[in-house]
Amino acid sequence: MLAFVLVLALALGFALAAVYAERKVSAFIQDRYGPMEVGYRGMLQTLADIVKLLLKEDIIPSAADKKLFIAAPVVIFTSVLAGFAVLPLSPDLIGSNAPVGVFFLLTIISLDVAGILMAGWASNNKFSSLGALRAVAQIISYEIPLTLTVLSVVMISQTLNLQEISFQQGIWMNSLDGYADEQNYLFGIKALGVNITEIGGILTWNIVRMPLFSIAFIIFFIASLAESNRAPFDIPEAESELVAGFHTEYSGFKFAFLFLAEYSMMLLVCFLAAILFLGSWNTPFPNIGSIKLATWTSGAPGTIAGNVWGAFWLLSKALFLIFMQMVVRWTYPRLRVDQLMKLSWKVLTPAALFILFVSGVWRLLMI
Amino acid sequence: MFGGIAEAVISLASGLRITLNHFVNARKHRQPIGIENADYFGQDKGLFTLQYPLETIPIPDNGRYRLYNEIDDCIVCDLCAKICPVDCIDIEVVKSTEEIGKTSDGTTKRLYAAKFDIDMAKCCYCGLCTTVCPTECLTMTKTYDYSEYDITNMVYHFTDLTLEQAEQKKKEYEEKQKQKQAAKAEDSVVKEKPTTEEKSEVKPNVKPIFKPVIKMTPKPPTPPKNEGEEPEIK
Repeated sequence: MLAFVLVLALALGFALAAVYAERKVSAFIQDRYGPMEVGYRGMLQTLADIVKLLLKEDIIPSAADKKLFIAAPVVIFTSVLAGFAVLPLSPDLIGSNAPVGVFFLLTIISLDVAGILMAGWASNNKFSSLGALRAVAQIISYEIPLTLTVLSVVMISQTLNLQEISFQQGIWMNSLDGYADEQNYLFGIKALGVNITEIGGILTWNIVRMPLFSIAFIIFFIASLAESNRAPFDIPEAESELVAGFHTEYSGFKFAFLFLAEYSMMLLVCFLAAILFLGSWNTPFPNIGSIKLATWTSGAPGTIAGNVWGAFWLLSKALFLIFMQMVVRWTYPRLRVDQLMKLSWKVLTPAALFILFVSGVWRLLMI
Repeated sequence: MFGGIAEAVISLASGLRITLNHFVNARKHRQPIGIENADYFGQDKGLFTLQYPLETIPIPDNGRYRLYNEIDDCIVCDLCAKICPVDCIDIEVVKSTEEIGKTSDGTTKRLYAAKFDIDMAKCCYCGLCTTVCPTECLTMTKTYDYSEYDITNMVYHFTDLTLEQAEQKKKEYEEKQKQKQAAKAEDSVVKEKPTTEEKSEVKPNVKPIFKPVIKMTPKPPTPPKNEGEEPEIK
């Protein structure tokens, strides 16, 4: 119960900060100021916007399917929020330590497709239906490369539990139950003989443990942009294309809900990318000889210092990825729906399949 | 295939570099410098917005915006009202009984302005009124930000006479006129007697119609050379 409240508070607080950050980041990229009036340098702007949304009239079109219309935002948001349950925030903070962590996460996120379909259909609006169909096609297509890259990581880590994957990427691996004798080797190749279990830092991150994972990380990042309907894959909700896509008819609190769901999804996939590829809550600094940077900048699991350091590193990585998502939004033009499909099926899926095969072989080198 | 991937990666990376350059340059922002400053067009990076009204660009002193009338210098000649293309100047003149004073350039003032209103909502900022003003009391100032919620507040009243004073001046003038009429009447009664006859005739005020008439001037008869010959008439 506590985990649920914490995660909800995190999602809400994050959405508040992320909307402000998005507006400021996009403003600075476009050589302008962004919000400056409300609060100090516009910090209370999002709060004002949320109050405005809450005070707006709740309009349900007369020809809309009422039950589905009201249920759709709830379905979308709940499925996204449920994914937070298996994310480790620090060595000891995790909502659910289920052994099927990542598998559960990917399946529960897929449920938001149903919510989008409900939203588009129930609005009884041609633009909404089109937007919903495009969104569903996009999300389902990009789940393939997403899942394949995640599967590659799972192959290397031999576990679906995200906490175990996190432990494997740092100097605290041996303190986890059942991992007392495991060792990390440079680039994962045992034959080279360079034992880096004690060195830690960036060298134990998954993108260095298996070098092709840097490409897998890019594929994951692109696919996650498409999963959250974010530019350049925001065809389902493109303002200039479809009015507002599947959430055209939503106003007031329901719209705030959908907005919140989109930003929570952003946070979720950035967290997942950091956990799977960028070393999770482990420090990027290695222990070089007697300068034990890794030990100084992280804490032993179980201690308060350990949890604080862990949460700090994971949040920094996730927030950096969110910043990159925002920069990408204002850099690249929107993909047309056929270009989008082509990218997924003809470029990302074959690449992800190739990486999957290579990971399977690579695992043999690690034993 | 790999050439295409390489090209794609390079173009994506260069796009990101442009964006991040802009983001990093956001430390610099535009300074509110005026057009007289040599650096006015100098900035090419950073934030370009000016947070008006906290930061305003200084206007040169010869800015041609809101009109201002120095009413002490105004001789109420009504030239500005006549030339205004949009009729935004409204002047009501009251003649004075004596010289009021002098303007700053030495012209005598004999007229009061009971009403001197300029409706800046109608003004088209052409400057013709300032051109024709003989005493240069009407000028364009550099105030440009003077919008109002109530449009009647856009009418600027430049007269320094209150209503009562204006009425009083009018009455003074009328009294003086009456006195003048009375004085004239007396004079004319004294002088009227010898000239009544002449003046009692009412001459029809007909304008002489000028018609060119060819006058046949009789030719002086030529003396006959011999008695029997008739003078040749040509």
